[in-house]
Amino acid sequence: MSDQTNKEVLLDPIFINNPIALQILGLCSALAVTSNMMVASTMCVAVIAVMTCSNVCVSLIRNYIPGSIRIIVQMVIIASLVIIVDQVLKAFLFETSKALSVFVGLIITNCIVMGRAEAFAMKNGPVRAAIDGFGNALGYSVVLLFVAAIREVFGAGAFFGIELMPPTTNGGWYVANGLMLLPPSAFFIIGGFIWVVRTFYKEQIEEEN
Amino acid sequence: MIDKNSLSGTLIVAVGLCLVASILVSTAAVSLRPAQVRNKALDKKKNILLAAGLYKDMESIDDVYAKFVRPKLVELASGNYVTDIDVEKFDERKASKDPAQAHVIPDGKDITGIKQHSKLYVAYEIVDANGTYEQVVLPIHGKGLWSTLYGFIALGTDSNTVKGLGFYEHAETAGLGGEIDNPRWKAIWPGKKIYGEDGSMQIRVIKGSVNTSSPDAVHQIDGISGATITVRGVSNLVRYWLSDEGFGKYLVKLKTQHQAGG
Repeated sequence: MSDQTNKEVLLDPIFINNPIALQILGLCSALAVTSNMMVASTMCVAVIAVMTCSNVCVSLIRNYIPGSIRIIVQMVIIASLVIIVDQVLKAFLFETSKALSVFVGLIITNCIVMGRAEAFAMKNGPVRAAIDGFGNALGYSVVLLFVAAIREVFGAGAFFGIELMPPTTNGGWYVANGLMLLPPSAFFIIGGFIWVVRTFYKEQIEEEN
Repeated sequence: MIDKNSLSGTLIVAVGLCLVASILVSTAAVSLRPAQVRNKALDKKKNILLAAGLYKDMESIDDVYAKFVRPKLVELASGNYVTDIDVEKFDERKASKDPAQAHVIPDGKDITGIKQHSKLYVAYEIVDANGTYEQVVLPIHGKGLWSTLYGFIALGTDSNTVKGLGFYEHAETAGLGGEIDNPRWKAIWPGKKIYGEDGSMQIRVIKGSVNTSSPDAVHQIDGISGATITVRGVSNLVRYWLSDEGFGKYLVKLKTQHQAGG
């Protein structure tokens, strides 16, 4: 990994090594918070903040972390950061924090955050760790926003809450697709996303046994 | 330096990290507390004003609230005002969990699935510009499909005609159960009557659309397709909170009091 340039560290996770599409991490929150763009984008900003900071913190103290409790140390750092983000949202973005409810807290359990802390930040300097955290969070965000865009447009006929196709529930003509509003629809969309990515990056296709 | 993998090294790192983390977290919690408390209070006031049809914009909430809203603490069992507790400090959710302050709903009466609730509640009496009583906003809550719905219902001076209804906290599926927040659905409520001529509980959310020619239409609300269980919850919780188990006795007193006065 050490022969990667900073640019690769930043950009690879977005398509080539996307945490959701290739590593299949962090799916739970991708299902839960993608029913509309507003909530999804707030979640993205929160995850970007938490991941960048947690990678930096873990990287800074990586030489002092005893091997036997390293996972717990990473957890404590991530959990503290998430609580702070949650508190900030409640203080300044109350409406959105209500919509996100418990899912901000669940960033703690997002496997991507800890995965990057363990796999990258423990072995690299703080600057590269920051870039890696930011890049992976960005990769996560790309998928989240992509899923949210499709779900909101077809499920509610709107984008960022702005009505594009007036749904029948508001007296319009668009019969909203109820499935899109339910969490399982995100599975189908992510499946489609993985398909598209793997059509362009054929090396991602796993070999059959 | 001590070996980081030794027992003492491990302990030092663990204790040090916990100290730093706890200081950071508590600093954030304490310093952001005032803003959060303010947000919560504002949000509640906003929803009371929304139910009463008085909400204009975020800036004017405090002014409008102070001018038109008269919060009163009410004992549900008797319908009387309680004056020895500060209404601003009363927290009904805390009281609902405290065995000393909570009323456990008897078996068979618990149509909302909430099991127990506070004995006291705040009723928000709304006055007009001259200080004349105009309507009352009551807090209501009960189970939907996934979550407990918290909201307000506003009733006119006859304690019977609905003026408005709205939920400020729930976690129903957006687009299905979440359609209880749809302004078009909420707009069906104003003008509906809760009780029949004989004072019996009549309001109900039905399946499908209301037949407007039916004599019961004034007590019936259209259902929402895809939200059957959520609206059943809404129907039940409105019926519960406006029955004698809920605000029924208070509503009767309120009505008599203002009829006698005016």
